[in-house]
This record gives sequence, structure tokens and C-alpha cells, in this order.
Amino acid sequence: MIWSIAGTHLARLRRDKSALVLNFILPLVFFSIFAGIFGGSSSRATTRRISIAVVDEDGTPNSKRFVEALKAEKGLRVMLAPAASKEKETPVPFDAATAEKAVREGDVTVALIVPKGFGAVPIRFGPASERPKLTILSDSSDPIAAPLLSGLLQKVVMTGMPDRMAESGMEAVDRWGGGLTEEQRRTMDENLKAWRASGAPSGAGADAGGDDEGLVSVTVRDLLGETKKNPVVAFYAAGIGVMFLLFTASHAAGGVLIEEVESGTLDRILATRVSMTQLLLGKLLYLVAVASSQLVLMFVWGALVFRLELVSHLPGFFTMTLVTAVAVSCFGLLLAAVCKTRMQLVALSNLTILIMSAVGGSMFPRFLMPEKIQKLGLVTLNAWALDGFLKVFWREEPLLRLWPQVAVLLGASLVLFAIARRLARRWEIA
Amino acid sequence: MSEATLPLEVRDLSKSFGDHRALDGVSLDLRAGEIFGLLGPNGAGKTTLVRAVMGRVRPDSGSLRVFGLSASDPGASSLLGWVPQEIALYGLLSPRQNLTTFGRYQGLSGDALTEAVTRNLQWTGLADRADERTDRLSGGMRRRLNIAAGTIHRPKLLLLDEPTVGVDPQSRERIYGMIEELRKEGTSLLYTTHYMEEAERLCDRIAIIDNGKIIALGTKEELVRQTLGGKQALSVASGAPLSEGLRRELARRGARVEENEIHLSVEDPAGEIPDLLGFLRSEGIAVRDLRLKAPTLESVFLQLTGKELRE
Repeated sequence: MIWSIAGTHLARLRRDKSALVLNFILPLVFFSIFAGIFGGSSSRATTRRISIAVVDEDGTPNSKRFVEALKAEKGLRVMLAPAASKEKETPVPFDAATAEKAVREGDVTVALIVPKGFGAVPIRFGPASERPKLTILSDSSDPIAAPLLSGLLQKVVMTGMPDRMAESGMEAVDRWGGGLTEEQRRTMDENLKAWRASGAPSGAGADAGGDDEGLVSVTVRDLLGETKKNPVVAFYAAGIGVMFLLFTASHAAGGVLIEEVESGTLDRILATRVSMTQLLLGKLLYLVAVASSQLVLMFVWGALVFRLELVSHLPGFFTMTLVTAVAVSCFGLLLAAVCKTRMQLVALSNLTILIMSAVGGSMFPRFLMPEKIQKLGLVTLNAWALDGFLKVFWREEPLLRLWPQVAVLLGASLVLFAIARRLARRWEIA
Repeated sequence: MSEATLPLEVRDLSKSFGDHRALDGVSLDLRAGEIFGLLGPNGAGKTTLVRAVMGRVRPDSGSLRVFGLSASDPGASSLLGWVPQEIALYGLLSPRQNLTTFGRYQGLSGDALTEAVTRNLQWTGLADRADERTDRLSGGMRRRLNIAAGTIHRPKLLLLDEPTVGVDPQSRERIYGMIEELRKEGTSLLYTTHYMEEAERLCDRIAIIDNGKIIALGTKEELVRQTLGGKQALSVASGAPLSEGLRRELARRGARVEENEIHLSVEDPAGEIPDLLGFLRSEGIAVRDLRLKAPTLESVFLQLTGKELRE
């Protein structure tokens, strides 16, 4: 009897394609996506590199050696000037101001300012106040980049400029250890000459931990998060908000479209003066209203409970809320128009929305993902919506700078609606 | 629209879905103010014809005009009303909200809409339940509301698709009353049904449709006369099983035998009944029951299609 009960369910499961997809395909897809994001199966080429703008204010041979050693680091993508564009084929090298701007606008993850005098004493054993400080300009929306770079700087100086480290070590012994004899000094100078002549090693070497108290002095300035009360909340409000918006939009679209088909009210409506285009536009209006209200609720809650700075960002917030709501609603309508039954809709929407949310950065910030997945994420609505919300709440960019996100989301909405309208023809006339 | 324009003119209408020929050269006219019954078994083509009139099925050939207009003409859709077989209403909304919604979809607004909603709530007898959830009403009440939602804009031609399916006799009487009122107001009705008694009671003319073709058309009396002449239906129940030889002999006399029951159409009951009873007695068959019925639409349908209507 027990076997028969289990057998009956297995037989039903075999015929239920939606359940099969949800039970067996979706977990595999998710596993693959997250394995890809966290580098489990990816090659070194696809793992994330920190893009860094370097400003060499010192300009001495030592500081140039240091920059070259940085360039050799596989984990860094060193940019001395903005990327070439049609307008500026030979871009002007970064200075402190343009590097700061590049971080603020998200063109690079961090910037490094190598100050005047660094080449003379890149390393000094002894009190930190006596060393010229390297400055890292960071964007704390990426919590990993700045600490990682600080550590790498210690390593690069020690492995890229070993002669300077030895020299500085000897100076410290000379100063604090009671002085070197003439013979010791002569031997040391000869060794250093031989070392320099043999060419300084660079790149690979033992990892060196380090921070402001290491051999190389580093100051980290958080450009974007320093004035914010609770900076991470905006990211999560947008990320989770967009993912849930997609779920509710597809669910609601199923409710308003497939339910109408199943109950016969769609036929009844089409027997009135209402055309299919009017019907879909009416449903879109409803979905946009629901989706916008959801985002407003989420951000108001964030403002009340988590001190999200909503009031000072209202124009950008409303712009992004509206275009995001339109885009997810069109996506929901399309899913509902593709599916014939509610069960199909549940399976398809779960599959597509969870994948879009994972790749598009709703669950895990895109800027922390491998480059290939970051690029892949740009095909999702989540990525564009989140980029827009981050521009508003994080980078404090003016309204007009939202145009790429607004244009892409509205363009996608038009395409999705047009396809949904085309598919809806099957309900109109036989 | 002139007075002479017919509410509905269908000429040689054909439509196939793949290999299935749903409509095969259908022609019919619906006259102003009449209730025209469309009788046929499942899959006969009734719904395809109704959907073609609504402009939701594109015919392969033939023509169809609603008050002289093409079915796809927006003007035609405002003259048309449709009551679907299933209860196509919003269950979570009240009767008032449902009527208001479909009234708006039909282009009504302002006072005209309010007046139409009030009138239809009275007409359906739902005025005192107007603000309850529709899915909490009885089946009969929802059926009445279903009709009202299709007629709120006072269409000149109403397509009713099996409007009394699953309704108890009392509610059915009420629906008949509503349909009679529509007729009095001058609405022309195309009425598809499975129920013979409904067609006999309500319809001025009836078309019998089977396999996509209209196989008979006329008033009930005309159909009976054309199909059965003046014959009446005689049923004789035997008290014992009938032998094969006896069955063959009865078949030769034009009778149909089902189990122990003999069915025969008779033109002269006074002459033919004693003759049959005498034959049965000579064969040693005791008669348990005997019925003579005036010809009905049911017998016409059976005669023409060889099947029961509810098959």
C-alpha cells in the first residue's frame, strides 16, 4: 500500500514538467551560477581584478618602479589614464582630482595616490609618521577592494623593491641599533649594487599582511560612504526590491491574464469594445502601480527603520522606481503571455527570475563578481535597475546621469511589451 | 441600418481547424425580434458559429453580417451582446462592481452606467445582494448575473450560449422570464442549448446542427412535419426477453428494439396498435407497458442525427 502511494506520486511527477524543472533543473542552474560567481570552476582569467587608477605625483625612478611592480600584479588592473574613447584618443593621465572623480563615478574601483617624496623613502622601519603616505581613494560599496589593495601594496613594495627595503633596514639598524662599522657599511653597499645590477624581482612573492602600521604607510579615504549614515541599506533595498518586484509582477500578470483566460472573462472582455492592446495596457498600468508601490514601501521602510537617506534622493528615486516598475511589469506580462497555464508560469518565472537576480546582482553585488559574469549580468533588468539605484543613492549622481539606465529599461520595456502583444494574438482570433 | 436589415445573415460559412471541419457551409437568417434556437450535440459547431458571429473566429469562406455590418466592424460589436456558457465574472467583486466593469467596457459612463447597473440588478433580482461577493452567491444567481453582464449595454442581437446549464428548475424559470422580457424589448436572440424543452418553449425557429452542417431549420411544427410527418411515437415494453427472430421481424415492420422495449412511429394509432399487440400475443409476448406520444423535437433530433442530444 505504501509502495503504491509513493508510486502514484512518482508517476504524477514524471508527467509534471513544471515540477521536474523546479525540482531538478533549477538547483543545478543555481549551483552553476554561484559556483561561477565565487570562482569555484572558473579559470584565473575570469576571476575578478580590481581596477585601480594610479596617480604618480612623485615621478621618480623609484616611484616608477613601484608602479611597474603594481602593473605586474595579476589581481590588479592598473590604469594611469582613463580608457581611450572616440573623443579622447590619447587621454590625459589621472591626477588626484580626476582619479577621485573616476572612483566617484564608478569607472574604477579604487584610486592610489603616490605622493611626492615616496621614491626617496618608500619603506622605512620605524615610526609611521616619518614615511610619505600612499593614499587609497575607495568606494566602500566594494568592501573588499581597499583592504585587499592595502595588503598588496605592502607586498609589492617589499618584493618589487627589495633593495630599498634592505637599505631602509640597514638605516634603521644604523639609527636605532647603535651604528654600523665601516666594514659592515661597505659590504652592505656592495651587496645592494650587485642586487640592483641583477634586476629587481617583481610580482610573485610571499603575501604580506599590512595596513597603516605596515612598512609602507597607507591611508584609506572612503569617498562615497564617508558621509552616509547607513550606506549598504540602499543596495539591499534596491537589490531585494527588484527581485521581489519581478516575482510579484509575474505573479500578478499571471493573475490578471491567465486567470482571465481560465475563467472566461478574457473572452467576455474581448466581446466588448475593449481591444487586446487596450486590455494589455490597462493591465500594465495596474502592474506598474503595484510594483511602484512596492518599491516605495520598501524604501520608506528602509528610511524609517534603517536610516536610508530617501528624502534627499527623491527625484532620482522616483525616476528609477517608475522605469524599473514599467520594465518588470512588461517582463511579467511577457511571461504570462508565453505560458498557457499557471503551473507553467510558476516554473518559468521562478527559473528566469532567480537566474536574473543572481546574475544581475540582486543577491550578491555585481562588482564583486568575475568580469565575465559582470558582463553577462548586463542582459538582465536587475543589473540596470540596480546600477540606476546605486547612482542615485550611492554615487549621488545628478538625474541626467541616469539616462543610460532609463533608456535601457524603457527600451527593454517596449520590446518586452511588443512581444507580449504579439503572443496575445492567440487569444484574439482563431 | 434600415428596417429591412436582418440582425444576422450567415451565408455558406465554413471553418476548419486542421483536419476538423467545424462549420461546413452554414447558412441562416435571424429575423428582428425572434429567438432563434441552435440545437446540436457537443462538437456540432454551435460554439464556432457563435464565435464567428462575435468576430473571434475568422471563417475560411462564406459571409456573415450583423445588421448589415461585417462581424469585425466595431459598429457590429456595439450592437452585439454575448452570454458565455461558463460563468465569466469576477468572483471577488460584487454584482454591482461586475456590472459596472462590463458596462464601462461596453462604453457606458456617468448616469447611463448607473441607471443600467440599477436596472440590471432589479432585473436579475439581485438588488438586495448587490454588494456581496459574487463567488458567495448561489449558482442560479450567478447565472442571472452572467446574463446581465452580457446585456448591460442593451444589445440589439444577443448570443446566448447554454445559459441554463447546471441551474435548478426554479432558477431556470426565472431565467426564462428574463429572456421573455428581452424578447418583449425587441432584442433578437441566437440561443444555443442542449435542452429540448427550452428550445420548444422559447424559440420561434430552430436550426439543428450536426458535424458543422445545418440539417434542418424551421419552427418546431415545421421540423416535426418535415421529419416525422403526422406520426406519433409508440413505445411498448415486453415482460420477457425478445428472441432474435422476433427482433428481425419487428425491424422489418420499421420498429427499433432497445433491451425489451419496442419503439415505433405510427401514423394511424387506432389501426396499428391493435395490429402490433395481436402480433406480440401470437408470439407469446406479454405486454408490460404501452405509451403513445405526440412527436417532439427530441424525436425529430433522434430521427435526423441518430443520436441523443446529450451524447
